[in-house]
Amino acid sequence: MSIEALAQETGAVSSKKPAEALPLTGNEAIARGAWEAGVKVAAAYPGTPSTEILESLAEYDPADVTAQWSTNEKVALDTAIGASFVGVRALAAMKHVGLNVAADSLMSFSYIGAHGGLVLVVCDDPGIHSSQNEQDTRLFCRLAGVPVLEPADAQEALEFTRAAFELSERFDTPVILRGTTRLSHTRSVVRVGTRSVPPSRGFVGDHTRTVTIPANARRLHPKVIAREAALAEWMGTTPLTRREDGPDRRCGIVTSGLAYLYVKEAAPDLPVLKLAGSYPLAVEAIRDFAATVDRVVVVEELEPALEEAIRAIGIPAEGKSLFPRLGELSVELLRDGLAKAGLMEAPAPVAPIDIVPMARPPVLCSGCPHTASFFALRSIGAHVAGDIGCYTLAAIDPLRSMDTCVCMGASIGNAVGMAKAGPEKPVVATIGDSTFLHSGIPPLIDAVYNKADITVLILDNHITAMTGGQDHPGTGRDLRGEDAPRVDTAALCRAIGIDWVRVVDPYEVGRLLQTLREATAHRGVSVVIASRPCVLDPVKIKGAPVAVTAQSCIACQSCMNLGCPSITWSGELFEGRHKVTIDAATCIGCTICAQVCPTDCIQPVATGVH
Amino acid sequence: MRPLPQEDFAPAPRPASAGLNILVVGVGGQGVLMISKALALMAQRRGFAVKQSEVHGMAKRGGIVFSHVRFAEQVWSPTIARGEADMLIALEWAEALRWLDHLRPGRGVFIADTRKIVPPFACRSRKLGAPSAYARETPADVVGRHADGCALDATGIATALGDSRAANTVLLGRLSAWLDYPVAEWHEVIAAIVPKGTREINRAAFDAGRAWTPPAPDEAPAASAAAAVAPGPDLRIGVSIDAAWCKGCGICVKLCPERCLAMDGPKAIVRTPAACTGCRVCEWLCPDFAVTVRNEGVPA
Repeated sequence: MSIEALAQETGAVSSKKPAEALPLTGNEAIARGAWEAGVKVAAAYPGTPSTEILESLAEYDPADVTAQWSTNEKVALDTAIGASFVGVRALAAMKHVGLNVAADSLMSFSYIGAHGGLVLVVCDDPGIHSSQNEQDTRLFCRLAGVPVLEPADAQEALEFTRAAFELSERFDTPVILRGTTRLSHTRSVVRVGTRSVPPSRGFVGDHTRTVTIPANARRLHPKVIAREAALAEWMGTTPLTRREDGPDRRCGIVTSGLAYLYVKEAAPDLPVLKLAGSYPLAVEAIRDFAATVDRVVVVEELEPALEEAIRAIGIPAEGKSLFPRLGELSVELLRDGLAKAGLMEAPAPVAPIDIVPMARPPVLCSGCPHTASFFALRSIGAHVAGDIGCYTLAAIDPLRSMDTCVCMGASIGNAVGMAKAGPEKPVVATIGDSTFLHSGIPPLIDAVYNKADITVLILDNHITAMTGGQDHPGTGRDLRGEDAPRVDTAALCRAIGIDWVRVVDPYEVGRLLQTLREATAHRGVSVVIASRPCVLDPVKIKGAPVAVTAQSCIACQSCMNLGCPSITWSGELFEGRHKVTIDAATCIGCTICAQVCPTDCIQPVATGVH
Repeated sequence: MRPLPQEDFAPAPRPASAGLNILVVGVGGQGVLMISKALALMAQRRGFAVKQSEVHGMAKRGGIVFSHVRFAEQVWSPTIARGEADMLIALEWAEALRWLDHLRPGRGVFIADTRKIVPPFACRSRKLGAPSAYARETPADVVGRHADGCALDATGIATALGDSRAANTVLLGRLSAWLDYPVAEWHEVIAAIVPKGTREINRAAFDAGRAWTPPAPDEAPAASAAAAVAPGPDLRIGVSIDAAWCKGCGICVKLCPERCLAMDGPKAIVRTPAACTGCRVCEWLCPDFAVTVRNEGVPA
């Protein structure tokens, strides 16, 4: 749909100015769409693939929009809800699993409804490129009774975001804009519009609506159900839902979002009903479309949300019998599925190439302070409950020193349970600084309150590293790079009743190991804060490299246990084993390997010759 | 139902009017995105619809980076189907091999840096004579056999010009030889994308890549020395601990790189003898001479 058509739909954009075209990623287009729609307050916690939405919004004039990092996704949504109460347009952005954290607020706010337009952007990660699962947010929308819009590309990302604010206010509901990794990180040319701010609606006055005591909630729930029916009709009639009739009537495709692009690539001639969103189901539009074709095939990524809903209205749709329920869709999978359905020739098999690709798992960076923390932890012989962050990579070889990782903030609670179950080993929870502030503080208070015998190793690299180096309340800077109050983690731990708190530099491996020994010997909750900045963000750190003195290297490869990407085998052997060499271009001189080397053959370059 | 139009591909320069699927691959920090940007901008200036899609969640952590660049009159899918890439540009040798099956069989153009970035994962075995897990294929196994194109030491060329980081632009220059877009326009596009201070070196790198010619066929690269020793388990290796001399300090247990030792009450024991690689760390570090490593596989 064009900007002009959208202008009629939203009644917001001025069509007098010629539209400008910019190459934007899906995330940048969402930010642009929100800005054009007059968003006033936007908040998020970073999470791949959604992170750049708020980073892009922070590029706009602070007078136009407040853009901020929240401590977690629930706080981000609560912030947006607060702004909506005041009558302005608000946005919260998060990755799919972030919605689990924010779900409590979403479920209740669905009853209350939006005063100022509220759009919740949720980016799914089909194929699990950088997440712990591939849950399908569309099922959450059904649970919450909240409509979902699913743009297919960056142009639609902008247009659907604008429409989402309008929809939110027109139907008195929060709106979820669901993207996926491919939408977020695909760049294409987008025709952009201008910003238009609707007048503030003023503070929401009606407490029978905004206070969810049981008496009010019982009155609000029927409203949600009535709204569902009205939204279902809108889904079928909005120009954001598009029907493309084709010459081939054997089969019609019902699809939404990015899946539409794969359909068009694989089968450009089939009739398509491209829905603006999967929920609420555009029942009438689907019935009309189904009546014009012999059979209905549903193409959707992940769960059979549309397929099951369509079958429930009595249309024998096919879908997951042809296309996988796991991972990302692709043109190849579309062709395979359509061939299986007898709708196209099976693609000619491509002769396999007799080259087995080498595994290249992600690794902790050269000089990463987490490397030393987990190397030391490995020697402690503890049960280690891990958490979400770069350091989760310590679970795999060669560090292999994390036993569990469930989700954001789970480590400390998991450790409490391990300790209470009476293990034969000490119990350690490891959690990064950003994750600690996100959801690690309540379980730490719980550990103190319940007198758990655990050690908490806070891996403080002074940044949210995994998502590319975002600030948080412990960094002293905000999303716009301005100074901000800084949380003192050690003081926080003491304030909640922990007596045993130590701060160590993980680059001092011996001292860190000794501290961990003392901490695990301590009865009750002990906290070790391994404090050392990330080597990539906010500043890329590069010190004088260290080098291996080849004649002293005994090829024990103890240093290889660190998994440092700067250390590889050299061409030389000792007793039939590979000696090591250090790449001076990537080594940052952290000296962790030198501290681990039993023969002291790793030395700073200047003094490396014995 | 019809499949995608199958365009004939010739090694000669392609007409500027044809759309292309180009896959750019490498590892984190190599400049995959710079090449993608340059291609996207070039295509955009020539009036094509362009989609550029990448996955970079793990890019900063030494992981695989890949970017799909598609341009044509209309582009639907953001990704290139397997077997439908017209060109594969690889900034690292093993990554070139990983994505080879995305090229159009027999008709795709392959342009790769022969530079090897060996991940720690490829150097993990401590066993006697263990081979590196890094890819063994050479350019001769690929070029002319699976694809048209070339493998060149782009990093070496860029280093000789003064900055190894311009290797990506060398490859872009090589790629440009397959497309009949004016050189001046490439220069403009590159200047618009790279940091101001690096325009000169990038222009030189582009020109060097464009002008590159293959070396004489007898200059085959030397075989890797590291893979010389025969692999396989070695029964002449083992570790034993004299319980009478062990005082249970645990140094050997903590420092065994393969974790084959453990504490059993007050004494250290060998828990998984098969895991011992004979590295001797425990023997050297035992303050009481209680550990003996048998390592008869040592070359004289």
